[in-house]
Amino acid sequence: MMSINKDKDFGTPASTSTNLVNLEIDGFKVSVPEGTSIMRAASSIGIDIPKLCATDSVEPFGSCRLCIVEVEGARGMPASCTTPCGEGLKVSTQTQKLADVRRGVMELYISDHPLDCLTCSSNGDCELQDMAGAVGLREVRYKPVETHLHAVKDESNPYFSFDPSKCIVCSRCVRACEETQGTFALTIEGRGFDSKVSPGQNESFMDSECVSCGACVQACPTATLMEKSVIDHGQPEHSIVTTCAYCGVGCSFRAEMKGEQVIRMVPNKDGKANHGHSCVKGRFAFGYATHKDRITKPMIRASIKDAWQEVSWEVAINHAASELRRIQTKYGKDAIGGITSSRCTNEEVYIMQKLIRAGFGNNNVDTCARVCHSPTGYGLKQTFGESSGTQDFDSVMKADVIIVIGANPTDGHPVFGSQMKKRLRQGAKLIVVDPREIDLVKNSPHVKANYHLKLRPSTNVAVINAFAHVIVTENLVDEAFVNARCDVASFNKWRTFVADTRHAPENTESITGIPATELRAAARLYATANNSAIYYGLGVTEHSQGSTMVIGIANLAMATGNLGRVGVGVNPLRGQNNVQGSCDMGSFPHEFPGYRHVSDIATHTLFEAAWNAELSSEPGLRIPNMFDAALDKNFMGLYCAGEDIAQSDPDIQHVHSALRAMECVIVQDIFLNETAKFAHVFLPGASFLEKTGTFTNAERRISPVRKVMKPLAGYADWEVTQMLANALGYPMNYTHPSEIMAEIASLTPTFTGVSYEKIDEQGSIQWPCYDEASIGTPIMHEDTFMRDDGKGLFMLTEFVATSERVNGKYPLILTTGRILSQYNVGAQTRRTENNAWHSEDLLELHPHDAEDRGIKTNDWVGIKSRTGETVLRALVTEKVQPGVVYTTFHFPESGANVITTDNSDWATNCPEYKVTAVQISKVNQTSEWQAKYQEFSDTQLDLLEQGIVNG
Amino acid sequence: MSNKIDTLIRMANDIGNFFNAESDKELAANGIKNHISRSWDPRMRNAIITYNKEDGSKLSDLVRNAIAKLD
Repeated sequence: MMSINKDKDFGTPASTSTNLVNLEIDGFKVSVPEGTSIMRAASSIGIDIPKLCATDSVEPFGSCRLCIVEVEGARGMPASCTTPCGEGLKVSTQTQKLADVRRGVMELYISDHPLDCLTCSSNGDCELQDMAGAVGLREVRYKPVETHLHAVKDESNPYFSFDPSKCIVCSRCVRACEETQGTFALTIEGRGFDSKVSPGQNESFMDSECVSCGACVQACPTATLMEKSVIDHGQPEHSIVTTCAYCGVGCSFRAEMKGEQVIRMVPNKDGKANHGHSCVKGRFAFGYATHKDRITKPMIRASIKDAWQEVSWEVAINHAASELRRIQTKYGKDAIGGITSSRCTNEEVYIMQKLIRAGFGNNNVDTCARVCHSPTGYGLKQTFGESSGTQDFDSVMKADVIIVIGANPTDGHPVFGSQMKKRLRQGAKLIVVDPREIDLVKNSPHVKANYHLKLRPSTNVAVINAFAHVIVTENLVDEAFVNARCDVASFNKWRTFVADTRHAPENTESITGIPATELRAAARLYATANNSAIYYGLGVTEHSQGSTMVIGIANLAMATGNLGRVGVGVNPLRGQNNVQGSCDMGSFPHEFPGYRHVSDIATHTLFEAAWNAELSSEPGLRIPNMFDAALDKNFMGLYCAGEDIAQSDPDIQHVHSALRAMECVIVQDIFLNETAKFAHVFLPGASFLEKTGTFTNAERRISPVRKVMKPLAGYADWEVTQMLANALGYPMNYTHPSEIMAEIASLTPTFTGVSYEKIDEQGSIQWPCYDEASIGTPIMHEDTFMRDDGKGLFMLTEFVATSERVNGKYPLILTTGRILSQYNVGAQTRRTENNAWHSEDLLELHPHDAEDRGIKTNDWVGIKSRTGETVLRALVTEKVQPGVVYTTFHFPESGANVITTDNSDWATNCPEYKVTAVQISKVNQTSEWQAKYQEFSDTQLDLLEQGIVNG
Repeated sequence: MSNKIDTLIRMANDIGNFFNAESDKELAANGIKNHISRSWDPRMRNAIITYNKEDGSKLSDLVRNAIAKLD
């Protein structure tokens, strides 16, 4: 815990120069990197020069004239924010002349500012107030006839208020929107006295392009842009640094608190993943943690037709344990299993898979990565030797060419998306490979893709092979890298394979829909730049050839030598906050922690000894296999923590049937989610604000999760799992999550040097961290790959068309994705004001397809696949190409997964969410499935209500 | 034949399609065998082995050869 003392503001950004200059400020000698402003140099030695328009998150502007200084031998009074330090300068920051000018400047500011400090929401946290004090302002002589004091507030944003009467037009918000976020939603409209901050074209915040990232609120020095939570509750009094529980960027935040109430989440300037930036989810959408839907009492019931019964923890845990043992006695040891979640901490995931392997006595453990990035784990393990991305996020700032494949960073990973946009505005080239026109293509200000390869869904592998063909046949291979770093025999085989003319862009054009000339040009651009980096998302993995595509990407990076240094690499953008971590912790049915196979004798022996249990050396069931086994009556009990498989998994009617077939479904969650509607035991979970642990983000960064309030149900999730383990007769006696991490470190070579002490000291650590001296590994494979022989392995990647084909009955391809304001199944964000941006899933379709069917925006449309049918509202847009329709899956009633199929990746069974053949038509009512599901859901909520009343 | 065995047949053939890119078919069959052995639960393995012995007609020749090696 720390006091509310804010991060120190040095006024201007740090210089990255390694050359030092020496100068004297107020008689004190100081050495700073060349390019450092006088303001920052002074601040670095504890001399705070008054300032208003400067803050170190944005470039200096030099408008407020408060930061003026005198430089010996120089004329005038330069602004210290825009004046770089020079060798031998002698600077004075406090003279009578400077004081007079500053006081005069402040007098002008205050003459048009409300004098309501005592009742102002910024009282105690206002830079204008501070500066008035710093310059010794004692009177305001001006009595302006015209002021801005009655300017009207804009309350349109649900999270923050804009009060222009308090605006000093310092432009910090405008610059933050441009430089930090890259949205350019704000501008200064008018000139002179009429100057004012304006969202969009003089619109309200909600009507403008504003994405509500909070950068402007963070930058505002007054109460002009202010969190409504602060207006409502007053200033926070302490803060605790923790890690966001949304996407795989894993932003660091200061939870600013009043007692146990979160007042606001402020992005941590020292956060190495986010550098003080945030998005609308992490910054503002934390209210779900205290939402009225939270369930805080354990509950049990015999059948899903029964009302829930609130019981004590002891009763619930003992009941769950006895049911699991009963099922094992009746159906066999392998008839139960569990599903871990990326929303849980590393420590929670670790002990849950330990419970399953050692307590249940089988390897039936899987995790939600099964349905998102399991192909990444497989493909990168095979080629590079480790199941992870190769770079840190900051690496993008050295990339000259960026390829984005099947990812939408500005929506899915918005804080990293902003960093990528910054690099693109600096001049890096961009290739987007996506069937849909994501915002990076041309809808982000000052960013435009050099090539948008608008491929047909499901043809990724044909595209990557065509890239490889161009590189190999046009002699663009980095032979030195390949010879030194890779398995040359596998390379030669691969070279022969991709050189075949069937992979030539001219021959793949009919498959992919990408003109050969464009593909050739893009491949040349990637192969010939100094630093080229590939970023990819679920548009790569969620295909029947997801793993093949990941391997193809790895092949391409190795062939061009784009690995092992800053600015290059293969970068999977992980969907959830702890996807990487949940996989690292041994959540897959075939791998112990650290991606070691369950049959590996040395590893098996190590864990059997450490866990004091007999362990199976056979792979367990994956999630979809669990469903099939349930319908076959040989998988009858499930412990599911933090996952909502009844909404998120494909072919949902099949999933629901499987859940109904099981005799005991135990759900541990903070809400009665969709899966819990099929459950027999409900164990109330804790939100990320209520527990201690760690999350590991997409760049392998292990960051601290710190408890800021007591668990509403009394226990953190790791404690619940531990109680269940003990009730099952497998003893666990951890007293703190740090002990769990110590065990992980002792058993996992890539985590050997990881400890809570080191995380506290460094803020975060990127694995591999092989020993206590290590500070972690931002860039992987710098000298050797992590395969046994240290060489990168090329693998052959034949394109195999998916069996999910369009035909006359199902002529369109449905693909799915997510949107900025909502998060995955929406369990968290749907219980926040984020619904103001996106309150329902829509079906995007091209105007041609809409016209053919007489469909207009907002019409109800039925979407029918070979698997099922649902109904959504239409959004006619050219973002999708003809023949392709697109939707998000954030609302259970949308039934997006009623229509997705059980097709999956050949290697990992990751579902082919991105390709479903459908037909659409205008309809007047919801689908039969939606009507039935609504009825089922309503019944379940009634059964919950009855249980709460009885309890 | 149950739906489950159809699913397993499809999964096995999909694995076969990946390894079929390898021109040395013995190497390819070993790749398939290893993949199934390292990632399939024994129930699934036994079911596909039984199917391969009793029928196998829906499996590609390469996959049949690989599954025969699993037994």
